[in-house]
Amino acid sequence: MKNINELTAIRDEMKNLINIRTGDADAANGEQHVLICGGTGCHSSGCNAVLAKLEESLKAHGLEDKIKTIVTGCHGLCALGPLIITHPDEVFYELVEPDDIEEIVTEHLIGGRPVLRKVYHEAIVDEKLISFHDTDFFKYQHKISLRNCGIIDPECIEEYIARDGYMALANTLVTLSPNDIIEKVNASGIRGRGGGGFGTGKKWAYAAAMESDKKYVVCNADEGDPGAFMDRSILEGDPHSVIEAMAIAGYAINADEGYVYVRAEYPIAVNRFEIALKQAREFGLLGTDIFGTGFNFDIHIRLGAGAFVCGEETALLKSIEGHRGEPRPRPPFPAVKGLFGKPTILNNVETFACIPPIILNGPEWFNNMGTENSKGTKVFALGGNIKNIGLVEVPMGTTLRTVVEKIGGGIPNGKTFKAAQTGGPSGGCIPASLIDTPIDFDNLVEIGSMMGSGGMIVMDEDTCMVDIARYYLDFTVEETCGKCTPCRIGTQRMLEILDKITEGRGEPGDLEKLDELGEHIKSSSLCGLGQTAPNPILSTIKYFRSEYEAHINERKCEAGVCKALFQFIINEKCIGCTICKRACPTDAIEGEVKKPHLIIQDKCVKCGICYDKCKFNAIDRR
Amino acid sequence: MKKTKTTVAFTGTDEQRKKLEAIITEFKDAPGAIMPILQKAQDVYGYLPIEVQQIISDGTGISMSEIYGIVSFYSQFILQPKGEIAVSVCMGTACYVKGAGDILDRISAIIGVKAGETSDDGKYSLDATRCIGACGLAPVFLVNEDVHGRIEKAEDVDDILKKYMDTKV
Repeated sequence: MKNINELTAIRDEMKNLINIRTGDADAANGEQHVLICGGTGCHSSGCNAVLAKLEESLKAHGLEDKIKTIVTGCHGLCALGPLIITHPDEVFYELVEPDDIEEIVTEHLIGGRPVLRKVYHEAIVDEKLISFHDTDFFKYQHKISLRNCGIIDPECIEEYIARDGYMALANTLVTLSPNDIIEKVNASGIRGRGGGGFGTGKKWAYAAAMESDKKYVVCNADEGDPGAFMDRSILEGDPHSVIEAMAIAGYAINADEGYVYVRAEYPIAVNRFEIALKQAREFGLLGTDIFGTGFNFDIHIRLGAGAFVCGEETALLKSIEGHRGEPRPRPPFPAVKGLFGKPTILNNVETFACIPPIILNGPEWFNNMGTENSKGTKVFALGGNIKNIGLVEVPMGTTLRTVVEKIGGGIPNGKTFKAAQTGGPSGGCIPASLIDTPIDFDNLVEIGSMMGSGGMIVMDEDTCMVDIARYYLDFTVEETCGKCTPCRIGTQRMLEILDKITEGRGEPGDLEKLDELGEHIKSSSLCGLGQTAPNPILSTIKYFRSEYEAHINERKCEAGVCKALFQFIINEKCIGCTICKRACPTDAIEGEVKKPHLIIQDKCVKCGICYDKCKFNAIDRR
Repeated sequence: MKKTKTTVAFTGTDEQRKKLEAIITEFKDAPGAIMPILQKAQDVYGYLPIEVQQIISDGTGISMSEIYGIVSFYSQFILQPKGEIAVSVCMGTACYVKGAGDILDRISAIIGVKAGETSDDGKYSLDATRCIGACGLAPVFLVNEDVHGRIEKAEDVDDILKKYMDTKV
């Protein structure tokens, strides 16, 4: 690739192909595309078998040239995978099994009659098929960083180029100065999507101002928050957007080398990113003298090794350098003294993915979305007790209610919403009373949580908030690097108190101790991990204090989670059907046929199988 | 302590050693080389016993204490081999709120191994892992490379495990 004209030529040649997938029926000219999601979620639910069957079936019908199959990144509805979408008619199939393929091919792709029984259930209204774009899950979303996920083949650089890929890099190198770039990023108002929410433009400006013979651009893809998987989905579904943005960042701060630090637990993402790097080099979009402008840039991949603390920027840099991933005090910030002691900018995957469209569409376009101090959109990984588990991207300022009730489809099994947890082990729990809060960086901090990387776990009435707090603290205790005392020992002491409470040994004064200790850990820990570790506990004490008090004073766990605090007892409704007795794994149930049964509490391990199996509501949990 | 020194006798072959030495030669001059070397060494041997760390130390000139410090810091590096049937239960939040704890207890009872341990005969190992990112299928557990998701009740694991135990034992 010598110049921008070559890039434009590829884009124009491929444009028609991509337009078929964005609802342009004229572009299709009789051609059909079948998109099959190849993200980790669908991979785990067996998309490869479905794909093999699809290709086999198309071949058997002699259609392999007419109908194109494309493996894409994540569409967002991970719980309903494997997913298939047909274009240009935009039919969305859910939970596709290999056995469904023959019918879809003959009835739909050949016959033109979509197989309604497998169509995404929300896309059928009054027995009529509607476009999946009009379903609640999709219509409230606005995709910027996920703009290409689920549309392009991530292993095909031409398809990325067809979606204006690398155009921002070309414009940057040919027409803009490093200063222009930083001004644009600054004016867009984008803040880091990885956790802290620091202004991206500001960070770049600091690094650009440093005089140094060497600088680095680092992408933080060490997505350690349990329940967050947006970075993985972007690397899997649109790896070139990150490469392009890193090169732009390199130009802005005058760096010629980049590192991507990605979790080793994400093999598909690593593989796709490696393919993308290779293609970008082949096309001359990485390497030396890019677009003939004399700008050099290349990127290395480094795998994480399963340490949560390495998501913290100074720890991550230590790990790339080949040491234990322990954070160090800041300042100096990485922009001054970073990787191998050189000025370095570190941004998260999702932040990078927003950069090319900001350059192309202008900072105002981005700045017009969102709230006063949080611009643009944010991706959330919706999980837990919610119908539509998956990945969603919404404008900043969207209320929690819209995300949970509309996009998420509400709580399954007729249960009620109890809380949403954002920010993972660093965040807090948002109670039902605050469900109308517009979500942005500052609002979340104000109510005792934080944006974090965007994990959002929804919890229903069966979740015990004390147990959840204990769960997160257990995670922190396991993952603390051990360097500073407040985090290493303080979190351990908090966990011991919580263990005591959940085991029914809580004492008056425990909550005050937790509050006090939590505040000390927050104010005196070295890095973000420790400074935020008490959040799950402090926020649940704040909003669910009565639940803690019930555990401590009445030895009761309303949700029935803390095993030491309840028993299963057979009531007078028992007719002696023996189902529970036969199901009990520990032989803890005694009784003869047609006579009331009895649970021997000493033998009972409280697994709850009897409770689930009983058809007569004859077992109480109290 | 989970990171105990292995008691399983080291059975590294010459072929493995040659592979490792080639890896060391390839990476040793790259900045921060020790991480990729350890990762690739673990691919070759399946784990990082003291003998393998010694080869790496000799090849790179990095002291044993530093290598051991790194190996014991990162949870991906293991000092004991995994079992032939390696079970890992995802303990990410999405799985946890959907009952992953009960699944872990049940599997532990069936195969007789506690989380983080390998059985004496090397047949089974059990791990409580961090989020594997398959939150859409929660709760999820893995047997070797196979993902088993959407486990509705803890007792559902019995049949799944039985298949592996029947074929391997």
